[in-house]
Amino acid sequence: MHFFPILSTLRRHRTAAILIVAEIALTCAIVCNAVFLIRDRLARMDQPSGVVEDELVLARLAGIGARADRAAVTAQDLAALRQIPGVKFAAVTNMVPFGGSSWNTSIGLVPDSVDSLSSGMYFGSADLVEALGVRIVAGRDFTSDEFRDFDDVQATRTKVPAILLSRGLAERLFPDKNPVGQAVYATGRDPVRVVGVYEHLARPNDMSTKERARWSMILPITPAFTVGGNYVLRVDPARATEVLAAVTKTLERVDPNRIFLDRQRFSEMRENYFRKDRAMAYLLVGVSLALLVVTALGVVGLASFWVQQRTRQIGVRRALGATRGDILRYFQLENFILATIGIVLGMALAYAINLWLMQKYQIPRLPASFLPIGATLLWLLGQIAVLGPALRASLIPPAIATRSV
Amino acid sequence: MFTYYLDLALRSLRRNRALTALMIVAIAFGVGASMTTLTVLHVLSADPIPGKSGDLYMVQLDPRQARGFIPGEEPPDQVTRSDGEALLRAGKAERQVVMTSGEAAIEPARAGLLPFFIEGRWTSADFFPMFGVPFVAGAPWTRDDDDRAARVAVIARALADKLFGTTDVVGRTLRTESSELRIIGVIDTWRPTPHFYDLHSQVYGREEQIFVPFSTSRELKLPRSGSQDCWDESPDPLALGAPCVWLQFWAELPGKARADAYRDFLFQYSLEQQRAGRFARPPNVRLRDVRQWLAFSEVVPDDARLQTWIAIGFLVVCLINTVGLLLTKFLRRSSEIGVRRALGASKRSIFVQLLVEAGMIGVVGGALGLLLAWLGLWAVRHQPADYAPLARLDLPMLVATFGLAVAASLIAGLLPAWRGCQVTPAIQLKSP
Repeated sequence: MHFFPILSTLRRHRTAAILIVAEIALTCAIVCNAVFLIRDRLARMDQPSGVVEDELVLARLAGIGARADRAAVTAQDLAALRQIPGVKFAAVTNMVPFGGSSWNTSIGLVPDSVDSLSSGMYFGSADLVEALGVRIVAGRDFTSDEFRDFDDVQATRTKVPAILLSRGLAERLFPDKNPVGQAVYATGRDPVRVVGVYEHLARPNDMSTKERARWSMILPITPAFTVGGNYVLRVDPARATEVLAAVTKTLERVDPNRIFLDRQRFSEMRENYFRKDRAMAYLLVGVSLALLVVTALGVVGLASFWVQQRTRQIGVRRALGATRGDILRYFQLENFILATIGIVLGMALAYAINLWLMQKYQIPRLPASFLPIGATLLWLLGQIAVLGPALRASLIPPAIATRSV
Repeated sequence: MFTYYLDLALRSLRRNRALTALMIVAIAFGVGASMTTLTVLHVLSADPIPGKSGDLYMVQLDPRQARGFIPGEEPPDQVTRSDGEALLRAGKAERQVVMTSGEAAIEPARAGLLPFFIEGRWTSADFFPMFGVPFVAGAPWTRDDDDRAARVAVIARALADKLFGTTDVVGRTLRTESSELRIIGVIDTWRPTPHFYDLHSQVYGREEQIFVPFSTSRELKLPRSGSQDCWDESPDPLALGAPCVWLQFWAELPGKARADAYRDFLFQYSLEQQRAGRFARPPNVRLRDVRQWLAFSEVVPDDARLQTWIAIGFLVVCLINTVGLLLTKFLRRSSEIGVRRALGASKRSIFVQLLVEAGMIGVVGGALGLLLAWLGLWAVRHQPADYAPLARLDLPMLVATFGLAVAASLIAGLLPAWRGCQVTPAIQLKSP
């Protein structure tokens, strides 16, 4: 419609036009990347743990000094915890998903292999698999006679007879074989037989790749509460609060001369673990909104100036027969052209910024699907911002043309 | 003349309040956000031990197995107990220290106080003079105490207050992990940031409260924390001769010549160990001073850097916005400028006048930006990062914030002012 007249007008206001295009481009690029980073963080926060999260209550404690009675006290603790009404299973374990502190070991198909995989090493007392609610997808859970004492294993007095692998680890180790029944080398120079495969159990800390995050194993080794010191209780979710209130007292009754570090529901620990990601996501949302507002105000400011500057010209056009709608659409189209140039440049810039971030901060590649989001957002923003000044322009009476000044 | 320009600027800014406010707010937000994140970076990358960071060196050796050997590979950043103790005995540096972070359960004698855990450090005697640890009472232990594995401890002021309600506790005993230790010194609040001498424990948010001779900690089997890396099976990874690295070793070497000599010594030591069959790999040593070590370890969190880039991007958008608005504003005043030019004002004085106006926006924007940065840092302190409590504005950053705001608005004003002073008086004076 007014395409060419608009272009020639813009050419005469080159500096202002370039500035607004640059502003839109930069905003588009930053917002595209910010939205992408927000999604990345949300996805991280959404990572599956592999356990029955709403049924888990955790308690952490530590002993004082070397204790000879540690195994006996641990057994008493577990017996007492199982007595709490609402507790279905209780187990002691060296670590928990998203718990922060981790145990890892290399696992491979031959002893001391160079290409063994560093994986999360979970171990715990008899009910650990049931207590965590980890889902066995092949083979079986441990039998009660397969469990060994941690101190005996550490002193190499006994061998570990069985191991459970996560599906991710099993598929990597045995890409075209049934892993159940195979031998792996994990804790030392002796082979351990794989008795089962479970779906997933998240590692306690961050891994550099998604694949690595899926590598974990469970061993039938019972630690004392002095090793890692995590008690895992699977409870009736309706009674979780009651159980939580009773945990410390119960453990204190067994032996008060210990340090009770914390007790919490799994959901609290998860929230805690991802706090930084949540803070970063909020920050990115805040910055994106602020950017959009600043850009919108910039568009309003410039459009208002142009409307004011062209008052006479608009009056002349109105006097020559242009309707209010024509004037309105003129400014809308002008903004659309500026926004489009800005968006095209912005996308190229968004991509460049992403490439640079990928190199520096291990951020994944920006999917192309994010570009239309940024584009639509800025088109809408531009149209909303220009509406006020454009409406004001359309209200300029034709009589202005006949007035001097 | 300047006051006249100020007056003109003030009038002009008052004439269009919405536009003025918009520019001020944009500058303030951009500067506020940038300075908040830059202050965090400034704090995080601060020199933890000014004046000495060039003389303190972190020692790395490669005692690992032959398997998986890649020439020139980075050696482990901790040492084995055998190497740590051997280097300490060799004593080739001005001062040297072998240490690990520890945890200790304290059993208070005071009624009503339950046992609790604190962070500690099991270290050799040179630690205190080497890192300049400030004492409020007593003194550090001696190398002799190290040799005798004396049952002594140095504690932090906070722990003394908590346990005894006073810092005058030298000579009293402390019960930890079922053992008695005699307190021989109390240190003032001391938290080098980042925690450069052991990056395996929390880098920014940690204060060690009890210090025990390393030899004593091994005799009493005090629990340790931090990373431990073994390349072979070991029934007791903390034992002498175990194939595990878990200790930090630092050396004080004033002057480059000493550092070079020490590097040669480490090479010779590694060679001897290889000849003796203890090391399976050829000598591979690193000796980095504090700054090199912190730079190499990239201690500043990625999130903090990313936030800074985002804030700077935001500032740039705000500036472009201000350039656009100033341009609009100045060109709208073409007729006024035309009159001033016709009455004899030079291009130069118009330019200065317009820049004064831009600078004024910067001054107000800077003041507001400072307030926003202060608010922003308050918000950062409530973030869940371990460095959060450290985020405070110091004098250099305060001045920098204000400077950035004024500089930014002047830069933003350059192009519009230049365009403004190009106005030809003749055209403007003709009736349109």
